Amino acid sequence: MGVKDTRKRNITVIVTLLILLIVCFMLSVTLGRYEISLKELGLVLASKFVNIEQSWSKLSDNIIMQVRIPRIVVAVLVGAALAVSGTSYQCIFRNPMAAPDVLGASTGAGFGAALAILMGKGNITITAWAFVSSIVCVLLAVMCSKFSKGDRVLSLVLSGIMIGSLFQAGTSYLKLIADPQNTLPEITYWLMGSLSGIKPEQMGYIWIPMVIGFIPIFIMRWKMNLLTMDDAEAKTMGVNTRLVRVTVIISATLLTAASVAISGMVGWVGLVIPHIGRRLVGSDCRILVPTSALLGGIFLLLVDDLARNIYTTELPLGMLTAIIGAPFFIYLLSRKGEW
Amino acid sequence: MNVIEVENLSFSYTKNVQILKKVSFYAEEGSYICLLGPNGAGKSTLFQCMLGLNGKYSGSIKVCGEDIKNLSEKQLARKIAYIPQSSVHVFNYSVDDVVLMGTTSLTNGISSPGSRERELVMDALKRLNIEYLSGRKYQNISGGERQLVLIARALAQQAKILFMDEPTANLDYGNQCRVLNEISRLSSQGYTIIQSTHNPDHALMYADCTIAICDGKVAAFGDPAKVLDAELMSRLYGVKIEVVDVNGLRMCIPAGISRK
Repeated sequence: MGVKDTRKRNITVIVTLLILLIVCFMLSVTLGRYEISLKELGLVLASKFVNIEQSWSKLSDNIIMQVRIPRIVVAVLVGAALAVSGTSYQCIFRNPMAAPDVLGASTGAGFGAALAILMGKGNITITAWAFVSSIVCVLLAVMCSKFSKGDRVLSLVLSGIMIGSLFQAGTSYLKLIADPQNTLPEITYWLMGSLSGIKPEQMGYIWIPMVIGFIPIFIMRWKMNLLTMDDAEAKTMGVNTRLVRVTVIISATLLTAASVAISGMVGWVGLVIPHIGRRLVGSDCRILVPTSALLGGIFLLLVDDLARNIYTTELPLGMLTAIIGAPFFIYLLSRKGEW
Repeated sequence: MNVIEVENLSFSYTKNVQILKKVSFYAEEGSYICLLGPNGAGKSTLFQCMLGLNGKYSGSIKVCGEDIKNLSEKQLARKIAYIPQSSVHVFNYSVDDVVLMGTTSLTNGISSPGSRERELVMDALKRLNIEYLSGRKYQNISGGERQLVLIARALAQQAKILFMDEPTANLDYGNQCRVLNEISRLSSQGYTIIQSTHNPDHALMYADCTIAICDGKVAAFGDPAKVLDAELMSRLYGVKIEVVDVNGLRMCIPAGISRK
């Protein structure tokens, strides 16, 4: 395939995914126990910008603006953030198996959230503590890797696993001492991941760390390609490997921490979506990063639709992503060497 | 003009083990230099120091008159391109993207390569007569083709000095000849080439100049036909080697070999 065909294909993929995202967004708003038609949705959305005589119920307006849209927006943001973070970690660590929690960001968030729930804090505090704890966990992992004298990348991954397991043990202890009547189920439910409690205010601030994390990755996405090569090659081609690696790790960690802080532990998205992206557009991060972002957003939105509609009670998001993610990953393994 | 000047270069990992001991040599513009030496002699370390990958040396390395310690990665990349023995790719990039990576130092910090850089890629592929590889995936082409793609990547980098780390190490005989012919063609086009090799015949057949490293010291430096004699060969590689004349070329053969 020539260079021109590649560009044409890339544009087609991006445009198709954008349209798909908008369609999924609209349909997702109409899905749910309380029925809302597409026409109603259109009118409610339009009324925010122009004056239209109100022909719909106050309840519809409330459900659309206060419940469904915040949840859908957060689902798309979290999916996109996890997918971009996974793509970045896979490049930086030169490892197709790397996922957003490779440095312990998720387990760190789990510990922070469990602690906040145990101390009876509210929703916003749980998110904040999860975020801070996630960052602390990654920082500790990075600091520990400094003691290592061997390969920097490998020691960073190993430190991430070690510090992650420490925080995991902390979470286990918190679950042990939590009240089995109310606190323990809440912690357990949080750890399984869910978007059911999303408030409009949360939508209002969660995008801030996500945008801060996304911009540097977007700017450096070409150089991320070079980091998948040997360090000597990247450096002699003029890349300040240390600067790029540190920036991308910080940014990807921000994305992960913001995601898990609001949604709980949602696995698989960050691992699997980049691979689907590579199938569609190849390994070049210039196109892979935006493709992964769109795919991740669409994927998590659809999975969340399943989570809230498939059954009378909500299903945990983390469980559903794994049910869909695991078979897909096995399929990927059976096609060795393709990524 | 000397594009590379190395003076009294010494390097040690620990106090007791010295890898390089006061290495000095120079490279003239447009020359093709072969770096010879047994395993562990310090060839790789010498490369690392000259490529700016290892700054803990003493002595000085000057490229085009400038000390490399004063140059950023990007500035050095504009002067020297490095061609590794092989390039391990975790993800399967297209040949075009691999060559395009060479142009990174030509872009500013924020932007990705654009149409000007893509033209440099096609130029580089054409120069090596491998434009037919455009659009293929790097992992799906042969070893010889991969080596040529890595050379194309170095050409796209627009540096006039090329460092090659055993470029023929993993290639069959035909591909070795093909790659070496391309390298010597580049040298006649004005590129300065420093190539490490385990095959002294490469130095005798292709190079203008050779540097032999033994125990971290320069054992010989100069015209290969003059400095590479049987005595030096035997000292370098620890086995008896004869240097013979064949059709006006000098070649190495292990001593004492006869057909039974």
